[in-house]
Amino acid sequence: MTEQIRQFEAAALTHLNAAYNLARWLVRDEHVAQDMVQEAFLRALKYYGSLRGSDMRPWLLSIVRNTCYTWLQSNKRGDEALEFDEDRDSSAYEAAFDRAENNPEALLLHKQESARVNLAIESLPPPFREVLVLRELEDLSYEEIAVVMSIPAGTVMSRLARARAMLRTALLRPLSEE
Amino acid sequence: MDQHEDTELTALIKAQAKYYEAPPSLRDRISASLDRAKAADTAPKPSRWAAWRQGWGMGLGFAFGAILAVGIMFFSGMPGQQDRIVAQVIDGHVRSLMVAHLSDVTSSDQHTVKPWFSGKLDFSPPVQDLTAQGFPLVGGRLDYIDERPVAALVYQHRLHTINVFVWPVRANAQTLLDSASRRGMNVTAWKDNGMQFWAVSDLNVKDLQRFSQLLRTQPKR
Repeated sequence: MTEQIRQFEAAALTHLNAAYNLARWLVRDEHVAQDMVQEAFLRALKYYGSLRGSDMRPWLLSIVRNTCYTWLQSNKRGDEALEFDEDRDSSAYEAAFDRAENNPEALLLHKQESARVNLAIESLPPPFREVLVLRELEDLSYEEIAVVMSIPAGTVMSRLARARAMLRTALLRPLSEE
Repeated sequence: MDQHEDTELTALIKAQAKYYEAPPSLRDRISASLDRAKAADTAPKPSRWAAWRQGWGMGLGFAFGAILAVGIMFFSGMPGQQDRIVAQVIDGHVRSLMVAHLSDVTSSDQHTVKPWFSGKLDFSPPVQDLTAQGFPLVGGRLDYIDERPVAALVYQHRLHTINVFVWPVRANAQTLLDSASRRGMNVTAWKDNGMQFWAVSDLNVKDLQRFSQLLRTQPKR
């Protein structure tokens, strides 16, 4: 068992940055994110035996993600709709996006502003923020993302498409509105 | 949405979005908590010693022992019995987290937790709820420390669990140590009204001290 813990530690710590990056994007607070990762790693250790040779990274990230969602649910802020409704949450963005679509240059205008990109991603509801982070920052495959988020691979693709559309809209929103 | 625009957006995100790297302290924290799991895993004394020796190698083990001995001498005020209790309360704390046996009575209501102990202990521990101060009461359970059954009160602060072990002060009691720190766990102890209190948590020293101050100054029920 002690040997198993040592094995787990060596393997799990190679995914520490990925785990922290995901947690930090989901909970948007560095201290909470650290607590989340620590808790997730201890939880992962408990179930390490059941992993049996499958790929560790998506498995570990799914535990990090679930830990974060549990925290988000018990620390719900007024401004955040966590009860996620795919239609409701994306329709508002789509309406705005229809207007934005006719203005491709606008995207380029804001390209330099890293702070703006970060803010725009942060403004997305967690499931969309999450799919973008996993795909664009962690370079996970659709299949891996499906494992992390416990959804079918087809849903990953449609959610990613929506997340991108929503992000475009968010990028076009003037700063004063935020 | 065509492919080209997606590629452009991907490039924008990759170039501009922040990738948050884990701070080095997090790695240490996780290693320490995994070490605790290891230590708790190899339960009785001889095998734990064996595991240490195996892990650190003989020489390191000796060095470690020497450092520990010097450390104990340095901590001149701390008698051996106190030292043993520190180890016991930390073990009790770790065990309560490992086996998911945190509380026998789960309630944030002090009027539920306090009566639960009556009939199980030959004393009645003071139970206070500190939810308003950020340390909600989670529940209570029985534990066994210093060769007697004791009350364990469980509090939460953010994600940290705090165990407070309470039992009467012995007649020939020595002065209690103020605080100690082992394997990333902080312990603080105090006496109040004939009872001794041992709070243990992986919470930082400052917050744990604040917590113990709160418990000491709250009106007793």
